[in-house]
Amino acid sequence: MLESLIFYFFASLTVISAATVVTVRNPVHSALFLVLTFFSTAFIWMLLEAEFLAISLVLVYVGAVMVLFLFVVMMLDINIARIREGFIKFLPVGIALALVMFGLIYYVVSGDQFSLESMPAPVAKSAEYSNTKELGMVLYTEYVFAFEIAAVILLVAIIAAISLTLRRRPGTRYQNPSVQMKVQKQDRLRIIKMEAEK
Amino acid sequence: MIETLAPYVPWLPEELLYLIVTLIKVMVILIPLFVIVAYYTYAERKIIGYMQIRIGPNRVGPKGLFQPFADMFKLMFKEIIIPTNANKYLFIIAPVLAFAPAMGAWAVIPFNDTLVFSNINAGLLYILAMTSLGVYGVIIAGWASNSKYALLGAMRSAAQIVAYEIAMGFALVGVLMAGGSLNLGDIVNAQAGSMYNWFFIPLFPLFIVYFIAGLAETNRAPFDVAEGESEIVAGFHVEYSGMTFAVFFLGEYANMILISMLTALLFLGGWLSPFPSLMGDSILWLFLKTGFFMLLFLWFRATFPRYRYDQIMRLGWKVLIPVTIVWLVVEGIFVYYNVGPWFA
Repeated sequence: MLESLIFYFFASLTVISAATVVTVRNPVHSALFLVLTFFSTAFIWMLLEAEFLAISLVLVYVGAVMVLFLFVVMMLDINIARIREGFIKFLPVGIALALVMFGLIYYVVSGDQFSLESMPAPVAKSAEYSNTKELGMVLYTEYVFAFEIAAVILLVAIIAAISLTLRRRPGTRYQNPSVQMKVQKQDRLRIIKMEAEK
Repeated sequence: MIETLAPYVPWLPEELLYLIVTLIKVMVILIPLFVIVAYYTYAERKIIGYMQIRIGPNRVGPKGLFQPFADMFKLMFKEIIIPTNANKYLFIIAPVLAFAPAMGAWAVIPFNDTLVFSNINAGLLYILAMTSLGVYGVIIAGWASNSKYALLGAMRSAAQIVAYEIAMGFALVGVLMAGGSLNLGDIVNAQAGSMYNWFFIPLFPLFIVYFIAGLAETNRAPFDVAEGESEIVAGFHVEYSGMTFAVFFLGEYANMILISMLTALLFLGGWLSPFPSLMGDSILWLFLKTGFFMLLFLWFRATFPRYRYDQIMRLGWKVLIPVTIVWLVVEGIFVYYNVGPWFA
């Protein structure tokens, strides 16, 4: 009873905030609503007893990805009128895409794979059961190659991003902290004796 | 606790009783926390005062002991000014977003073997998630204020927190490798034995990195460029006054205490006694160790000059993160060869 109440609360919060992401005018507000969407999704996952996934959703998407998102959105001066210019032109494409997406989701969710018979509600585990350990076991044994490939793809993306921004402009001056640290007093300071001025 | 209370209030539905008991437990943790925060600000002013050969606050009450209450009343009765062009809702929500995660993280902190509000398996992960949420308060405050200095402070703070969170996360990965669990209580119990079993010996670099990253995460000196009084006035909370400012302040100090307590729990054996023959394990040891790190926060503020911004970024990305990665590999070798009493 209480559980389903919590579920419906967070489920409706997810849907409403997800809808607000695309309807609200201000891009910063829209990013913040996306944060709320992630957060309420995490609560739904928590109800499924997927504690590791729920907490890492908050940690990775809310705590890191969306912070950088907000960071960029705040720095840009986004002109909303310009963005809305092509609205009518792209509307048919948008509707077609939305229909395809909806059809796919409907096909998957209404089919046999997600019916209550083929996928019964999860049985409550004992307090000793560690979600993290189970996931780690599967990830590092059964799916180890997929996991490694994902890691390599991410590494490539990191290196690509760094090499895109690594431009050394001629004429700029850089500090070398290790050289600065190694400076001795006698390298820079010369004490001389002077006659007193009269 | 529910079992002992139930016979006295038989007319109360069980869910409601559970809720009331939970609220009482929350209060038992949070009210002492608020008192400690209040006196931490007093201790800060006094200790830094003595370090700089001043007296510090000494007017309100004996030796200035009622100063925190005077400050509190002042802040409570001050007007909350909302700038004309500010985004009103976000401006009000921002301090709450900074404050709530700082309180929420205390839910999984164990004070001794049995005294823990919520003994969840993924405690360490939860702490990491909660501390990473605090940055929203800062960013939103900076943006909603519609002020140049506030936005600059928010940008600095966001970049800094994102950078140091990675080092902090890697340091915690080292702890969970050594402890073999994400549960904070299990991690402390894995350090049982004597002082030599504590994790700060095999994980010494991670211990240092964790505390430095904690210092940067809480925007404290020498990494307090987000506030930077001499450059950007007060950074993200420059437009805040009265209670809204006080809430930011409360969150920051609660976070400092949290980082201190986590360092004590994860690296210094929490409530475990350093001299088991002299005095057994007790919550007092945890408070003593936490107090030491809380003192370090103040000591650093009185001693170190503020880092320059680009050097903070260099330290985070080019020094701390490589150190943690190298030490994780070293620790892997330790684990493989069962080195010492820690990985036996």
